[in-house]
Amino acid sequence: MSVATEDPMARWKPAPLLPRDEEREFSLHFVVAVLCFLACLAAVAAIGADRAASGWARDIRGEATVQVRPKLGETGSTAAARAAEALAGVKGVTEAAALEKEKAEALLKPWLGDAVLDDLPIPHLVTVRLDPKAPATAADLHRALSAAGIDGDVDDHARWLRDVERAAGLVRWIAFGVFVVVAAAAGAVVAFATRAGMAAQKDVVEVLHLSGARDEFIARVFQTRFGRLAFEAGAVGALAAIAVALILKLLGGQDGFTPALPLSWWDVTAVSPCPLIAATVAALAARLTTLRLLRGWE
Amino acid sequence: MRYGRSSEVLKDVAFTLAPGSFHFLTGASGAGKSSLLKLIYLAHRPSRGRIELFGHDVESASRNDLPFLRRRVGVVFQEFRLLDHLSAFDNVALPLRIAGMKPDEYRDDVAELLTWVGLGQRLWAMPPTLSGGEKQRLAIARAVVNRPDLLLADEPTGNVDHEMALRILRLFVELNRLGTTVLIASHDQDLVRRSGMPVLHLYDGKLTRHSGEARAEPRAAPRPAPRDETPQADEQAQFDLGDESEFGDDFGEDEA
Repeated sequence: MSVATEDPMARWKPAPLLPRDEEREFSLHFVVAVLCFLACLAAVAAIGADRAASGWARDIRGEATVQVRPKLGETGSTAAARAAEALAGVKGVTEAAALEKEKAEALLKPWLGDAVLDDLPIPHLVTVRLDPKAPATAADLHRALSAAGIDGDVDDHARWLRDVERAAGLVRWIAFGVFVVVAAAAGAVVAFATRAGMAAQKDVVEVLHLSGARDEFIARVFQTRFGRLAFEAGAVGALAAIAVALILKLLGGQDGFTPALPLSWWDVTAVSPCPLIAATVAALAARLTTLRLLRGWE
Repeated sequence: MRYGRSSEVLKDVAFTLAPGSFHFLTGASGAGKSSLLKLIYLAHRPSRGRIELFGHDVESASRNDLPFLRRRVGVVFQEFRLLDHLSAFDNVALPLRIAGMKPDEYRDDVAELLTWVGLGQRLWAMPPTLSGGEKQRLAIARAVVNRPDLLLADEPTGNVDHEMALRILRLFVELNRLGTTVLIASHDQDLVRRSGMPVLHLYDGKLTRHSGEARAEPRAAPRPAPRDETPQADEQAQFDLGDESEFGDDFGEDEA
């Protein structure tokens, strides 16, 4: 019986120049994965917050409210109905409806309670839905009311819109800032790990150096090692963040975890570049750290 | 040459190694042998004086040029400095990888060289599993695999028995016959005496010349073209680490 033996030379390929350091690399994997997880959550939260803020602004921008003052001898309901009819015909208005008395009272209840509502004059309101593509302006609505001989005030919510848009911008910048801080922390951790790794592998680096390796060659060895490590850790962090986002989406019902943070199924794709970004940050940090350390040697 | 603020380890050292020459570097422990070798293989820079390597003034050489100069110097370190996580094969292939060669270009040469130094059966062994003599030969194979112009060995026979020391010496002589300039730091006086090679002796950081039987060996084969673009020079290395030279600066001349 003959046993075929495979020639080791045939399957030989150059071994990695840096030895594996399981303990150190596990710790680094864990830390980078956690940072990437946080960064991905920050990104998902930023997208959700951006969507929520945009929704608020869109809702406000798409509506106007008209308060009608009835003429002498005219009921508020009649005046509101006339105003709704007049406003419905304005270009840029998709719908205009008088707010029922019960609904108007319901709006006041949180502030005034049940006891005194009957004694108070309830404003007669008309809600106007505007065409989002070419909305009618407050002046257009005013003109329509005047033409119909109706006295009333038009509130296009412009004051609220400015506040909401300012808040939305703030939310976007805060989310972006959190993301940048977490990414910078990941880079700093990798730079620190690279420095520690170089100290631990000083003998290897010296042998490479004295064997004629250029600084770029040694830097490439480290950037490849740490870039790959960060890619793997980034993938783990991103997958964990996707899992959390999906849980929030599933548990939060149709509108997401809360109406304030609506999530879409497509949001999970936003974290897909995380491994690549982590690898790039890590490789860059490792390269710069290595080059700086090597230049300090001479 | 001094380390930090300590007193000078090397002073008044001036000599030239001619291409194809073979020298021993001797001296008591602490005389500065390793320091001198470190200066030559560019691990350190002199605190004063001038070193010229392959026609390049080391002090004025740019940082980008130094790796190419180092590639022309093979070093057998006293403590071997093998990479324990790499096999014997990968250790020897290391200088060729660094030089940018593809595995297919050096695979057979590395195997052949390891066989030549008697490690043909240990290609895939990891350094920690090798004996002292095997490590020594592995370190030598790594130092010569890219056919260096200058071979430096720091106490290469310090960890082996006398018979192995003679085998290693024969290996160096063979390399020298192939055209490599050799400088061996050793305190093995018997080995130095039996070799009959000229001696550079360090004493208290100063270089003194010992007599040695001149040796003239024909250079066997022309050197292959270097991979880098550093110019060739008639002299392999010149060293002047002091204000005064106690002897002429052409040690190699009397051998040729």
